Amino acid sequence: MIRSFAAFSFLLAIASPVTAQTVAITGGKLVIGDGSDPVDNGTVLIRDGIVIASGRNIVVPEGASRIDASGQWVTPGIFAGFSRLGLAEVDAVTGANDKSASRSGFNAGLDIAPAIDPFRTAIAVNRAAGITRAVVAPEAGSNMFAGQGAIVDLGNDDKAITKLRAFQFVEFGEDGARLAGGSRSASHAAFRAMLREAQDYGSNKGNFDDELLRAEDAKALLPVLRGETRLLVHVEGANDILRVLDLKRDFPSLKLVLVGATEGWRVADSIASSGVPVIASALNDLPVSFAQLGATQSNIGRMKNAGVKVAIGMIDDRDAHQIRYSAQYAGNLVALQKVPRATGLTWNQAFAAISSVPAEILGVGDKYGSLKPGRAADVVLWDGDPLELSSAADAVYIDGVAQPLGNRQMRLRDRYRSPVEGDLPKAYDK
Amino acid sequence: VHIKLRRKIMVSKRMRLTALLLPLSLMACAANGDSKPVKSASSDPIEKPKVKAEAPFASTYKSYPGVATLIKGATVLDGEGGRFENGAVLLRNGKVAAVGASADGMNVPADAVSVDGTGMFITPGIIDIHSHLGDYPTPSVDAHSDGNEATSPTTPEVWAEHSVWPQDPGFSRALANGGITSLQILPGSANLMGGRSVTLKNVYSRTVQGMKFPGAPYGMKMACGENPKRVYGGKGRMPSTRMGNLAVNRQTWIKAQEYRKKRDSGKEFTRDLGMETLAGVLDGDILIQNHCYRADEMAQVLDMAKEFGYKVTAFHHAVESYKIADLLRANDVCSAVWADWWGFKMEAYDAIPENAALLQNAGACTIIHSDDENQIQRLNQEAAKAMADGRRMGINISEADAMRWLTYNPAKAMGIDKMTGSLKAGKMADVVLWNGNPFSVYSRPAKVWIDGALMFDANDPKRRPVSDFELGQPGEGDVK
Repeated sequence: MIRSFAAFSFLLAIASPVTAQTVAITGGKLVIGDGSDPVDNGTVLIRDGIVIASGRNIVVPEGASRIDASGQWVTPGIFAGFSRLGLAEVDAVTGANDKSASRSGFNAGLDIAPAIDPFRTAIAVNRAAGITRAVVAPEAGSNMFAGQGAIVDLGNDDKAITKLRAFQFVEFGEDGARLAGGSRSASHAAFRAMLREAQDYGSNKGNFDDELLRAEDAKALLPVLRGETRLLVHVEGANDILRVLDLKRDFPSLKLVLVGATEGWRVADSIASSGVPVIASALNDLPVSFAQLGATQSNIGRMKNAGVKVAIGMIDDRDAHQIRYSAQYAGNLVALQKVPRATGLTWNQAFAAISSVPAEILGVGDKYGSLKPGRAADVVLWDGDPLELSSAADAVYIDGVAQPLGNRQMRLRDRYRSPVEGDLPKAYDK
Repeated sequence: VHIKLRRKIMVSKRMRLTALLLPLSLMACAANGDSKPVKSASSDPIEKPKVKAEAPFASTYKSYPGVATLIKGATVLDGEGGRFENGAVLLRNGKVAAVGASADGMNVPADAVSVDGTGMFITPGIIDIHSHLGDYPTPSVDAHSDGNEATSPTTPEVWAEHSVWPQDPGFSRALANGGITSLQILPGSANLMGGRSVTLKNVYSRTVQGMKFPGAPYGMKMACGENPKRVYGGKGRMPSTRMGNLAVNRQTWIKAQEYRKKRDSGKEFTRDLGMETLAGVLDGDILIQNHCYRADEMAQVLDMAKEFGYKVTAFHHAVESYKIADLLRANDVCSAVWADWWGFKMEAYDAIPENAALLQNAGACTIIHSDDENQIQRLNQEAAKAMADGRRMGINISEADAMRWLTYNPAKAMGIDKMTGSLKAGKMADVVLWNGNPFSVYSRPAKVWIDGALMFDANDPKRRPVSDFELGQPGEGDVK
């Protein structure tokens, strides 16, 4: 019966809201997403799109409608810690790719929100894979400051934005150096100069020196300077990480989040003592650049053990289409527990790294990322262990609304179930 | 057009800094695949002895010493569809000596090492038919970008082995995390005819010759579609369209036929490296590995092959094979595919995760490949996803059959299936012992043997290779 949700055509499946009444999802193996153990025969109570109770021995109020999840896993939807979902239909088709504003005169002032298209095929495909929320970052174009990113939901409606201008994104490391003029000295000088220009803009617009920033860019950097908007910093190498942490000395209010951090394990104690959280690539293990010589899949586990708050993100890694790899990546970190000398995550930690932890790092953990009371009812029912390769989502709810799981790929699959033409060409087979 | 010779377009990691140039980089794909060299059907009926010079750049690979080893108690997937619960595999003198449901009756030497495989799985060594390890190695710096000779739309004269850097750290990851024992390194896909491939044993050596798989036939990389027309159209030369692609290909095959006739005439002729390779294809000695995404283009390539009398062994990156699975089966052409890549370029727009399952269901040769230094470490996981996607649409593929996609089928398409690719007595002892079911995300190789020599052991840091590049660097010898 749950599966019937998936069977609806995505054209027909207008969300059936479960608002205004209480819904109980019962009988499944319940994962809260906060790192706690799964509980058998758990219950999630939803009212007005919000989780009002979850766990074992929850009393289902009279009159509540029930969804039987027996034999299924019930989890929060996956919260993608880093992505470019909704920004590209086809990466290599210029007009259908809005990741980077590479010829714009703006930088920090760019806002990715209008580029996020909830009707992109990738939204539907990744929704069907159990992704319900995602961090969406702009890609740096001609400046180390890429602009303002957003948090979105993957619901089948035209309102994707969960949080507008949720963070500012900036490149340091090799990419930042290249964009700033060819050296890390240039990126650090440019960063400081741009923040100071923004400060000047804030204190006296009349004296604003617009050599590096336009007014729109300066405006966008003010909340970053005040620590009201998080600054996500893409950086990979150990030394680059330390030099970014140093920025706090001159700009103590910055609310930093490290993105990437392939060599984070080499300086894990410094990251931990700084209190700066990390959204990391899970499986980088090759020396792709000289900033990543120490790459290892044990990176996240080692940082976690050192006390760093760390989530999984798809960083420059099929970031507009394959966010569905998140669960596979998390599962791989669990696999490391069986590999001698490697450091992985427990299952509970791994699932939290793709649900509650990224939400907390982005400052929205009180509303998203887990099934604790008070969180949005982003719930996925799976036919098995959600981190296992053989498993799939049977049903997806976003804000308590049942979502259609059909997509273009399924239509192609069904058309070519048998490749041979019948009485009419394939084009008539709809 | 600013052309940066970087690897693949598709991987946004690489794309991001080059924006949408989709540089030659992406063009790293090829394909091929039938073990039986097909004698040319060309119109030249004259059988003349070929000039057989000693093969240049010959393999100097020597297997490392191994000991007789009996692995017991594991689930065996033999790579050809066979499965033994609680089975046994005996390795001896570098070969698979016996495989069965138990060790009873096996001629086990008294000094054989016994490995307890309880709870584990034994499979043939994993084979990647499409890799650029060595010719697009890490670190991915411009100085290492040696996979595309993007100076002419046809460069059949180049050989990938002359670009392979045997110190690529990627070989070690493919071994330790992916259980890769053999792999085909291809030129990129910037060119219609990209040059010869080389098949390697995944054993580090000071020289490429020391890695070359002894007796493996050569392949030749061809590429359809977007990449060649973009690269050369962008330079204001032919081809700039798909019709240009086909025209340049056909003109070149005509020259190859003439060259071959001249070569076989007994008269003096001037050697031409490119034509030698193309004539080798027409002879049936060199296997065509054809990068081709779209179904309609594959069908046209098949007709071109008929026109000139050669065989396409495998289509690589064939994301639309599911649309013509019947045609591919009828032509005995393999499809080397990803589990689920899609959307990175226009010709990958119709990719679906059920591609492999639909091919298998139609009885067409199916291979899972990587074209990627990361996914080569997880081909088993890619096969697991493709198998699961098939099952969800009602195509029940057994684990034993899915294992063919990673072992026997690529071996067949690389022309090495008589030597490796399955656990059959007498074949090379290229074997992976997995610490769990290889179709689970939670499993990794515990030990890997190549020609009977233990080349990786998760429990023994001494059995983990470290390339020259990583020696003395941060993380040297780490678990990676």
